[in-house]
Amino acid sequence: MAHDHHDHDHDHGQEPPSDMALRVKALESLLVEKGLVDAAALDAIVDHFEHKVGPRNGARVVARAWTDPAYKARLIADATGAIAELGYAGGQGEHMVVVENTAQVHNLVVCTLCSCYPWPVLGLPPVWYKSSPYRSRAVIDPRGVIAEFGTELPADVEVRVWDSTAEIRYLVLPQRPAGTEALGEEALAALVTRDGMIGTARL
Amino acid sequence: MNGVHDMGGMQGLGRIEPEPEGHAFHADWEGRVHAMSLASPTRSNIDAGRHQRELIPAPEYLRMSYYEKWFRSLSDRLLEQGLVTPQELASGRADAGGPTATPRLAAADVEPALNRRGAYVREIATPARFKPGDVVRTRNIHPDGHTRLPRYVRGHSGVILRMNGAHVFPDSHAHGKGEDPQPLYTVRFTAQELWGAAANPRDSVSLDLWEPYLERA
Repeated sequence: MAHDHHDHDHDHGQEPPSDMALRVKALESLLVEKGLVDAAALDAIVDHFEHKVGPRNGARVVARAWTDPAYKARLIADATGAIAELGYAGGQGEHMVVVENTAQVHNLVVCTLCSCYPWPVLGLPPVWYKSSPYRSRAVIDPRGVIAEFGTELPADVEVRVWDSTAEIRYLVLPQRPAGTEALGEEALAALVTRDGMIGTARL
Repeated sequence: MNGVHDMGGMQGLGRIEPEPEGHAFHADWEGRVHAMSLASPTRSNIDAGRHQRELIPAPEYLRMSYYEKWFRSLSDRLLEQGLVTPQELASGRADAGGPTATPRLAAADVEPALNRRGAYVREIATPARFKPGDVVRTRNIHPDGHTRLPRYVRGHSGVILRMNGAHVFPDSHAHGKGEDPQPLYTVRFTAQELWGAAANPRDSVSLDLWEPYLERA
C-alpha cells in the first residue's frame, strides 16, 4: 500500500505510545467499512503532504524574489497572489504575509496557541514548531531560541516576532547570502532552508 | 479559556529539539490521522476543531504528541456526531445492521480540494474603528470559551500595523454561533511592553487581533 513506505528514525524525542499505530489502523478500517472515508482518498492526502507541499515550494518563492525585483514587490504587497503565481495555494495559505529580513531586521514566526503554519509553501511543520518549548519561548525569548538553532543575533539587530493568532500565515523572506550574485534561481533555491523561512535560522 | 494551550511566555517547558527537513510525518499512523481528519464527514470548522483540542485536560495535552491530539479530537467528533458508536470505536468493526455511507471525498477530488483557496475574509457594513498607526489596548478578558487573544498580551498597549479586512470571528465560530465577522488588525507590541525593561528595546511581537479584543488606548 502506498502509505507503507516509511522507515523513519524515531529520534525526535516524542515517542507515541506503541498502541497508536494499532488504534489508528482500527479507526481507519472502521471508517472504510462504514463508507465514511475512501482509503484511496486517504492515500492521496498523505501523498499530497509528503510530496506536493514542503519547504522547497517556499524556497522557490524566495529565490524568485531574490532574482526578480518586480516579483519581490508583488510578494511584499500581496503575498497570497504572488505565491499563487508560482502555483502554490490552498488550506493554511489563504491569507499570506511575507516579512523581509534585512541587515537590521530579523523576523521569527510562531503560533503560541496551536500550530498555525503556511502549508502550501512550507508543508507540515516540524515537531519542534508544534511543541511546547518553542510555542512558549519564541515570544518571550526569541534571541535565546534563535541562538539554540545556532545563530547569535547582534543586539542592534531588531527582532520582530509574528504570533499567528488568526488565519494569516507568515513566511520570512531571508536575506540573500553574500557572494551568490552568479547563481541562478534554482541554485539559489537550494540555499534556502525551512528554518530560514520560519526565522529560527539566518541564511 | 485560560488553558495550557495558551503557552506564550511560559518558561520551563523543556528543550527545543531541532529536526532536519524532509519528513511530513514521523510514522505512518500520523499521516493516516491527518488524512482521516480532513476526509471524514464530520460537521466542524477550523475554530471548533481548535477548541476541541484545547479542551483536552492539561496533563494529557502536555503529554500528547500533536497527532495524538488530532486522533483524540477526531474520535470525539465522530462519537459526538453519531457517525460511529462507542462499541465500534472499541472494536474497530461496524455494528451489524448499521448504515453504510458513501465517502464524501474520492481520491480524484483530493488535489482540487486541498489546493482550493478558501477564505476567511468577509464583507461587513460596519466601518473599522481603528486605522494603522492608532494606539490600542487589548482588553483584559478571560472568556471560558474559545478565544484567540493570548493571555500574555491582555491589558497591553500596541500600535495597529495593518488592517486586514473583516475575518470570521473564532470566539463565535468555534461555538456554532455563526461567523460574526469582525475587523482584524495586526498589532505590534514592544517587547518591553510585554516583558519588561529587561527586554531588548528594539524587539517587538505582533499578533493578529480582532476588533472586539481592542479598545482605544
